[in-house]
Amino acid sequence: MAEYWYIAEGFEERIDGFRSKKSEAEVDLEFEIPEKDFNTAGKGSSELKNLLKRLGVNSEILRRIAVASYEAEINVAAHSKGGIMHSAVYDELIHIRFQDEGPGIEDIDQAMVPGYSTADDLVRELGFGAGLGLPNIKKNSDAMHIVSAKGNPTVLEFFIYFS
Amino acid sequence: MTLRDIANLLEGEVLYPDADLDREVPCAFASDMISDILMCTKEPTLLLTGLTNNQVIRLSDMIDLSGIVFVRGKKPLQDVIDMASERGLPIISTKFTLYRCSGLLYNAGLRSCKI
Repeated sequence: MAEYWYIAEGFEERIDGFRSKKSEAEVDLEFEIPEKDFNTAGKGSSELKNLLKRLGVNSEILRRIAVASYEAEINVAAHSKGGIMHSAVYDELIHIRFQDEGPGIEDIDQAMVPGYSTADDLVRELGFGAGLGLPNIKKNSDAMHIVSAKGNPTVLEFFIYFS
Repeated sequence: MTLRDIANLLEGEVLYPDADLDREVPCAFASDMISDILMCTKEPTLLLTGLTNNQVIRLSDMIDLSGIVFVRGKKPLQDVIDMASERGLPIISTKFTLYRCSGLLYNAGLRSCKI
């Protein structure tokens, strides 16, 4: 399996600390993301944003979380056989994990290049397939991790601090 | 510039009654690609687009849109109009092209949004 890690400058210690601590999430949310269902795609991110808004998360951070989460949700709907979005809200950050049922990313480094897309015609007709999904997730998150390989499920997770 | 000024300038049709057209619009962005539009995370933005599916309205749950102008005479289906109305998101349809709308609004002083 190929692995990709991105950690924004200055966040290395915080992310390492968080990952070794194994703290318990205060809120857990799970949404199913069906394959190619663009009526429901995005609802998970929308509901998550409403919840975080009620919890008082700063509006700029809120937009970053919503955009990263929406892009990832659309990726699962557009490119995979369906999957699950799992959000875990902690005191200081949110951790969102997307796991799909394949078919996997052949070349993660290539997929990270802005403008590169493997979207099919149906997906493009809806306005997706700009080749900015993964770059937008990276741009909006403090850390991002992908594990995938051709013929395998993909796991994408990202971390965004509330301050 | 308010949405009412924008609707007049673009000879646009407001797609549901009692939309809030007195809203001040600070800036705009034009694109037919969703991921491009999601780059506008910094400030409330008027969106000019030819996309009319439900995902365009859902975008407004993620980023702060002041309103949407559908260009080239496009009109979304009623369920999409209802989604906008439920969110209080003003939507306008104009016959003008994306290029012409952008030019008219830019000339009238509406700046490009920060990305």
